Amino acid sequence: MNYTRILIGVAIMAIVTYIPRMLPLAIFRKKIKSRFIRSFLAYVPYAVLAAMTFPEILYSTSNMISAVAGLLVALVLSYFGRGLLTVALSSTAVVFVVEQLLKWMGQA
Amino acid sequence: MQKKNRELSGGASFVRGLRDGMPICLGYVSVSFTFGMMVTENGMPVWLAVLISMTNFTSAGQFAGTELILSGAMYVEIAITTFVINIRYMLMSLSLSQKIDPKMSMWKRCVLSFGNTDEVFAVAMQHEGKVRADYLAGLIATPYLGWALGTFLGAAAAGILPESVRSALGIAIYGMFIAIIIPPSRKLRPVAFTVVLGALISCVFHYVPGLNSLSSGWIIIICAVLASAAAALRYPVDDEEEGEENG
Repeated sequence: MNYTRILIGVAIMAIVTYIPRMLPLAIFRKKIKSRFIRSFLAYVPYAVLAAMTFPEILYSTSNMISAVAGLLVALVLSYFGRGLLTVALSSTAVVFVVEQLLKWMGQA
Repeated sequence: MQKKNRELSGGASFVRGLRDGMPICLGYVSVSFTFGMMVTENGMPVWLAVLISMTNFTSAGQFAGTELILSGAMYVEIAITTFVINIRYMLMSLSLSQKIDPKMSMWKRCVLSFGNTDEVFAVAMQHEGKVRADYLAGLIATPYLGWALGTFLGAAAAGILPESVRSALGIAIYGMFIAIIIPPSRKLRPVAFTVVLGALISCVFHYVPGLNSLSSGWIIIICAVLASAAAALRYPVDDEEEGEENG
């Protein structure tokens, strides 16, 4: 294994991840005047996370049935205000159970 | 959620950040666990997995970049792929620049921006009032430890866990995302509008032939820009200091 090559690759990744995080925060020190831009930026977090979640969540496990079960559990629990960890672990647990069930039904 | 944070002392503000970061930290343990397993399953040492997590501290970009490194890709390819996946951080960082304490010094901005992950960002943006450096430091510290620890555990335990558990863990990070976006969507109509629109546009880009040849990094940017712009036109925030909160 060529570690020099790997470590250079890791350094490149790190820099390319850091720069987009750092530049805007370092440059924009004043409040943006435009009401449109400020509104836009206030909605960005939700738009980004929604776009990252859908439809990828459906392909995040070994089959779509278990993923849909996990998604529904996450939606219901978060709708009722459960925290990050509860939601994440519950959907993981449901995916696990559903996949076991499917495997068992496949063998039966 | 958090009241009166502006009157808190620096130390108390840091501790509050640590506490708000706790759920992210625990969620990260399960996500980075998967990353650690991926690295050692490809014959790499545990320390390398931990090194990558501690220097990159990001999910999607780190997974993709590491896979490229392991497959012997060119440096340019690694740089471009990782960058494209991470461009969304420019948008988030710009958004956060409007939320943090305007007096935050340059070096604090440069250090803290390293920890501006999707989840830290989302939680910081929901914080009441301006985000101070000590709060943000706490909010980053716990997830960062969780990210490193989870990577270590996953790398060390790879092979012990059955495939069924590993497959189930794949959904953990999306569960976290949902837990972040659904509660405010329930309370605030503009947020619900943004979330639904962002998800719809994302589905269009994944399923329509031609559009789905774009890389996921670009798709996220396009969705975020379109959905946020539409929401901003339809529901402009108030001109108050706390405009973000009451959308």
